[in-house]
Amino acid sequence: MEIYVWAFVVGGLICVIGQILLDVARLTPAHVMTILVVSGAVLGGFGLYDPLIDFAGAGATVPITSFGNSLLRGALAEADRSGLVGILTGIFEVTSAGISAAIVFGFMAALLFKSKG
Amino acid sequence: MSNQKKKTLTPVQQEYQSFAQSREPKRSVVHNCFTAFVVGGTICLLGQFIQNFFIWQFGFTKETAGNPTVAVLIFLAALLTGLGVYDHFAQWAGAGTAVPVTGFANTIASAAIEHRTEGFVLGVGGNMFKLAGPVIVFGVFSAFVVALIKTILTSLGG
Repeated sequence: MEIYVWAFVVGGLICVIGQILLDVARLTPAHVMTILVVSGAVLGGFGLYDPLIDFAGAGATVPITSFGNSLLRGALAEADRSGLVGILTGIFEVTSAGISAAIVFGFMAALLFKSKG
Repeated sequence: MSNQKKKTLTPVQQEYQSFAQSREPKRSVVHNCFTAFVVGGTICLLGQFIQNFFIWQFGFTKETAGNPTVAVLIFLAALLTGLGVYDHFAQWAGAGTAVPVTGFANTIASAAIEHRTEGFVLGVGGNMFKLAGPVIVFGVFSAFVVALIKTILTSLGG
C-alpha cells in the first residue's frame, strides 16, 4: 500500500522541479523535458535512479527522467553482453515500448482526429 | 522586453508597456508548483495502479511491468489529446502534465494532428517529432556518453 503514497509524492516532486524550471528559470517545456531526460541518464550513471524506482515505483518510472535512465540501462546491459558496440545496439532496448507506442498511437490519433484549433 | 528595445520606444509607447505589464495576470510560482505536484502525483499514482494490475493479472515482474504501463499511459494520452481534452488540461496543470511520460506522448500526438493538413508524409511524418525530438536526441546522446564512460571504467577496473 505504501508504494502508492511514495509514487504520488515522488512523482509529484519531480513535476514540481519541472514547474520551478518553467516558472523561475523561465525555460520552455522542451528545455525542461530535455534537462530532465539528461538528469535521468546522469543519475542512472551514478547508480542513483534504480534505487529510486525500488522506493517509489511508478513515481520514478512515469516521469520523463525515467526515459534517460532506461536508455542508459539498455545500453549498459547490451554492453555487458557484447562489448562497446552493445552501447549502440542496446540503447533502445528498454525504451522500445515507449517510443513505439508513442509513434503508433500518435499516428492513429492523426488518422482519427482533426485539429481543433 | 529588453532594455535596448525599450529605449527606441516613444514615451507613449513606454507608458503603454508599463501599463500592460501591470495588468498582466501574476503567475504565482507557489500555486503553480502545488498544482503540478497534485496533477503529476496523480498521474504517477494512476501509473502505479496500472503497473500493479499488470503484475497481478499478467504475471509481469516489478522490473518488466514498467514497459506495458508506459504504453498504456501513452495510449491514454494520445486518445485524450485527440479528443482535445489533454491540451486544455495541460494549460491549467503546467509541468504536472508535461513531465510525466504522458506529456511526451501529448507532444507527439498533438504535433501529428496539427500538421495533418500538410499531408501524411511531410505533415504528420515530418512534424511528429518536432517537440519530442530534442528529448530523444539529448536522452540518447547523454545515455551514450554515460554508458561509454561506465563501460570503459569497468573494463579498466576489472
